[in-house]
Amino acid sequence: MIVGVASGKGGTGKTTVAVNLALILAEDRDTTLLDCDVEGPNCHIFLQTETRSRETVGIPGPVVDDVRCTACGACSQICRYHAIVSLKGRPLLFPELCHGCGGCMLVCPVEAIQEVSFETGTVETGVCGRLTLVQGRLDVGHPMAPPVIRAVRKHAPRDGLTLIDSPPGTACPVVAALRGVDCVVLVAEPTPFGLHDLGMAVETVRLLGLPLGVVVNRADAGDSRVLEACAERGVPVLAEIPEDRRIAEASSRGIPLLTALPEFRPLFADMWQRIVDLAQGGRAES
Amino acid sequence: MRVALSTSGQDLDGPLDSRFGRAARFLVVDTETKAVEVVDNHCSLNAAQGAGIQAAETVARAEVQAVVTGHCGPKAFRVLSAAGIKVYLSTAATVRAALAELDAGRLSESTGADVQGHWA
Amino acid sequence: MTRELVVVSGKGGTGKTSLTASFAVLSAGQAVVADCDVDAPDLHVVLAPRVRERHEFRCGNEAVIRQEDCIACGACLARCRFDAVRMDGTAAGDAVFTVDPVACEGCGVCVHVCPVKAIDFPERVSGEWMVSDTRSGTLVHARLQPGGENSGKLVSTVRREARRLAEEEGKALVIADGPPGIGCPVIASVTGASVVLAVTEPTLSGEHDLWRVLALAAHFNLPVAVCVNKWDINPGICEQIEARVRAGGGRVVGRVPYDRTVTAAMVAGKAVVELDGPAARAVREAWGTVREMLT
Repeated sequence: MIVGVASGKGGTGKTTVAVNLALILAEDRDTTLLDCDVEGPNCHIFLQTETRSRETVGIPGPVVDDVRCTACGACSQICRYHAIVSLKGRPLLFPELCHGCGGCMLVCPVEAIQEVSFETGTVETGVCGRLTLVQGRLDVGHPMAPPVIRAVRKHAPRDGLTLIDSPPGTACPVVAALRGVDCVVLVAEPTPFGLHDLGMAVETVRLLGLPLGVVVNRADAGDSRVLEACAERGVPVLAEIPEDRRIAEASSRGIPLLTALPEFRPLFADMWQRIVDLAQGGRAES
Repeated sequence: MRVALSTSGQDLDGPLDSRFGRAARFLVVDTETKAVEVVDNHCSLNAAQGAGIQAAETVARAEVQAVVTGHCGPKAFRVLSAAGIKVYLSTAATVRAALAELDAGRLSESTGADVQGHWA
Repeated sequence: MTRELVVVSGKGGTGKTSLTASFAVLSAGQAVVADCDVDAPDLHVVLAPRVRERHEFRCGNEAVIRQEDCIACGACLARCRFDAVRMDGTAAGDAVFTVDPVACEGCGVCVHVCPVKAIDFPERVSGEWMVSDTRSGTLVHARLQPGGENSGKLVSTVRREARRLAEEEGKALVIADGPPGIGCPVIASVTGASVVLAVTEPTLSGEHDLWRVLALAAHFNLPVAVCVNKWDINPGICEQIEARVRAGGGRVVGRVPYDRTVTAAMVAGKAVVELDGPAARAVREAWGTVREMLT
């Protein structure tokens, strides 16, 4: 089973939920946590893992055979991303812009273009007891997160339990992180910003046709509009985590919530049960 | 020689744009005949990535030998160099003033990009 | 010349937008405000804009199969690298082919390979940007559609319009709420700024992301300022952050304490400084320092 933890807005407690669920589940079963927030992966701050492997993530990019190239410019004309530019003579290559569409190779009349792999990020795997943390990191200066996210997703075991810490927001990185999961847990704050961003996140998740539920974090901090909105839209509320300064303080030091405050264990156990019900309940209507 | 200068204005008295890739347009000036052409750069404004590359291609197609602008990013610089176009950086306020600097030999040719990419 | 303050955070949820909203209110109509967080814009929640202009935002293209001309040969499906072509039906001659706009990356390969040129390639409308009136003056803001490519182009558009309007309206300042993170949208929001203010929290996660965003600002030789929000959650980390910022040549403009009135203000649709409390006082002081940096 694969569960994605996401949010419309950053800083709502997505990593807190993903990490603490992973910790409580790993107590009695093999659990994989995928940190897909590749621009700023933070799960490792809360987990003491032993690194097992590290791989580089490559994106396809063009390489031109100078001898065969006739400088006709066809490659440059088909490329929508400015990854291959032909002015006079040999084409200039900007592999970090390549989306791997294969267009340049297709149109080259003399088969002078080949596709090779260029590094764009890394994926590191670490283990702590029965918990495996797979962390993706996008190289600084590289504009596209989805290729690294897809590489992290490949580490989900075929059978067994996987949790995904998704990037915040609703743009293409989130879509890459959540594609094809069994259900999505959206973490939201009960404030006007939280409500607004939750609305956008729900829209995105519904576009993907995935079952979704909401965890309300800092639940007593704002007002009831988020809960009302969930009720109106038929979105199940999976848990409400209260605002507690001790949680913020522990978190600031990299201490997982359940380690500092084990009295929250039943809350997370109940949350998990509701997530399982959600995932098994079938597809959401859009 | 033909020189392209980045600008948001419409003529020589317009401001010299500090950006190359996302400048609204270029004025292409023939330093001998003093003729001025306007070359639109809206394709680059519309580019998601690679605006600098697009702008460099636009300028290269206009057959210039030099570019004068405020700042030039690494991708644009590569394309301009490959096309044999010299890049000069100027802090002059107007296109006219930048041309005067170039004429008086007060601008030196750039040997590399002076800013990181995504100069907006 | 118009000066521009861009407020960033590295990590999301540190209080960037709350602070920016307060600065907008304190600027008392002397600034044009820009919401550059086009993925999750929130400034409008506090500033309550009345939209006066809407503009479509187009970025890239998308492939659209003209069903009446399609011969169902499947060449598009065979070539699409992004699994964006759907085939409904079984036999190649009878099936219906469509392009999934969420998966389509606008590469144009299918358009090129279609033997009967049955695929259109229109520009994709991927969001919109607006110009609005608020109690603090003009607001330029935008919204990217879900799943859209957040490349920085829309951010650049919002900034450009804000600067243009500031000149038109004779306002000396643009205050921009920047996006979180360190990717293209952030780069697009800070280049050319007069001051970059990073709002952070005294946590390991916050610190980790703060250095990355400050490195970005340093790369562009931009004056940097930092404000630690909810500083008293971890005074040790707060001091560590401030010391390192100063050592790097940045300015510490203030510290805002953990204060539940920040949320109460938001719930009431007000900026923090429109109520009173320890956070409000700290934000006013920080604004004073930021204002100095901008002149």
